[in-house]
Amino acid sequence: MKETPLSNCERRFLLRAIEEKKRLDGRQTYDYRNIKITFGTDYGCCIVELGKTRVLGQVSCELVSPKLNRATEGILFFNLELSQMAAPAFEPGRQSDLLVKLNRLLERCLRNSKCIDTESLCVVAGEKVWQIRVDLHLLNHDGNIIDAASIAAIVALCHFRRPDVSVQGDEVTLYTPEERDPVPLSIHHMPICVSFAFFQQGTYLLVDPNEREERVMDGLLVIAMNKHREICTIQSSGGIMLLKDQVLRCSKIAGVKVLEITELIQKALENDQKVRKEGGKFGFAESIASQRITAFKMEKAPIDTSDVEEKAEEIIAEAEPPSEVVSKPVLWTPGTAQIGEGIENSWGDLEDSEKEEDGGGSDEAIILDSIKMDTREVSNIGSQDAPIVLSDSEEEEMIILEPDKNPKKIRTQTISAKQEKAPSKKPVKKRKKKRAAN
Amino acid sequence: MEGMMQPDAKMRTESGAESSPRGPGCSLRHFACEQNLLSRPDGSASFLQGVAEKSRERLIRNTCEAVVLGALHPRTSITVVLQVVSDAGSLLACCLNAACMALVDAGVPMRALFCGVTCALDAEGTLVLDPTAKQEKEARAILTFALDSVERKLLMSTTKGLYSDAELQQCLAAAQAASQHVFRFYRESLQRRYSKS
Repeated sequence: MKETPLSNCERRFLLRAIEEKKRLDGRQTYDYRNIKITFGTDYGCCIVELGKTRVLGQVSCELVSPKLNRATEGILFFNLELSQMAAPAFEPGRQSDLLVKLNRLLERCLRNSKCIDTESLCVVAGEKVWQIRVDLHLLNHDGNIIDAASIAAIVALCHFRRPDVSVQGDEVTLYTPEERDPVPLSIHHMPICVSFAFFQQGTYLLVDPNEREERVMDGLLVIAMNKHREICTIQSSGGIMLLKDQVLRCSKIAGVKVLEITELIQKALENDQKVRKEGGKFGFAESIASQRITAFKMEKAPIDTSDVEEKAEEIIAEAEPPSEVVSKPVLWTPGTAQIGEGIENSWGDLEDSEKEEDGGGSDEAIILDSIKMDTREVSNIGSQDAPIVLSDSEEEEMIILEPDKNPKKIRTQTISAKQEKAPSKKPVKKRKKKRAAN
Repeated sequence: MEGMMQPDAKMRTESGAESSPRGPGCSLRHFACEQNLLSRPDGSASFLQGVAEKSRERLIRNTCEAVVLGALHPRTSITVVLQVVSDAGSLLACCLNAACMALVDAGVPMRALFCGVTCALDAEGTLVLDPTAKQEKEARAILTFALDSVERKLLMSTTKGLYSDAELQQCLAAAQAASQHVFRFYRESLQRRYSKS
């Protein structure tokens, strides 16, 4: 569905408000929206909410053979999908530009910064390594997808536990989660993307733009940083020309923001860890706030199924036997059978073609398309061994190689053929239907 | 001129910390749902319930088509987008429940509500409602039914495995009993949503 265009007055309003240092949701220029992180029951599943933007992250792993030129390193695979529910404009065919841009940025941020130790993912050098796959789904688009996605990816990776593996000589043992506790991934640092939106040719700057602000912005600067103030990735798009000190100022702001976000992530991970250890309830079910009017929970409920058997027997006793008796299939020749009878040809006479007499079994009379195509009928006249040349028309010569005793019908597509009479074995006159007008 | 409504549903089939085996007797796992949680679509709901993609899509679509009053919205396309957050068994039933709640949240006129219930028959013939993933794997047959709220009639059924027709009727009767529970959950959550207090 096409995105509803932004009206001129809304655009003017937003820009005027930004000039007066006001944002529609009341934030300050450098304020982030509320970040909420929730975890699922499985390790590696999390949902990150940045204001109303929601991203679901899921990590999974598999043992595969390594890449040829990197035999001792594991494989990392990232994938961000813009679900159709995130915004009406995200249709399955139409999202390519934005999708490619976001995916590329995520890859640079997470893969090239070497935040995950890929050497530790190696099990048997050259033969078996872990392939870690991070899938991100955007569930709701309210601006700043890249920040939310990068937070979701790093949180999911930190939360994930892979199965334990031990190598003894040539033997590799993969333990299930029940046998041995799964092992976390080895993560060096946590790169987080911070987005800056620029307006009026770089005069005004906003951190964490929401969807409306993104629509009216001139350009976007994304800086991926970790808490040690190391820049992992920096990208400027939109064609705005930034001054050097603007970029430096942004990187300082990013440093502060990344510290706050990293603390938040650590706290969330610790909380989840604690709850799991204490045996409390965890998972998305628990994160649904019970005070909210739009949320509702109900406990496990027993269902009384004691009278189910009696009810079922009653129903069966009262049920009538199936009314239609399906006729048994009639086998004409190996590979050709008929079930039931075809219905009468309701097309009537076409051009000059004579009505077909029943020529023989039809394969699967059930398939009755109403597409009219050529039907050629091969009939057996007596028992001839020589090949029969069927038609003398301009259509291609059809030669039967091995005529059988039983008449066969060869057709390209089926038509409602007239088949009232019981098929007979006596020779049937050849008929050729002219090609029907399509 | 085309209008488009987008009820979207996120489903989570999870049962929290439940890892102990279910005792004898049937029970449904605990439910939770949240509505209107996404700002972009017209309606959204998240439903948690303790190949085949295309075939599942088709089943859900047929159930929705049977229930939604399409004649009131001519030349309109209604898109239902479902995102599986995690799968802990009874996925199709959870999808159906989430789709119904999302349609209600979006305000799409329907002739009845519908719910999905899954039954599993294990090797001895014991009936288990709302099976977990492990129970589903070990079951001899898995039957999923979509029932409507007005007269508990059957809207859709899909089954996998071997079972007798007596067992089918039993499962259907059990599913009807379970659907009472689901519909009560719908009603209470909607009452809460639209309550003034």
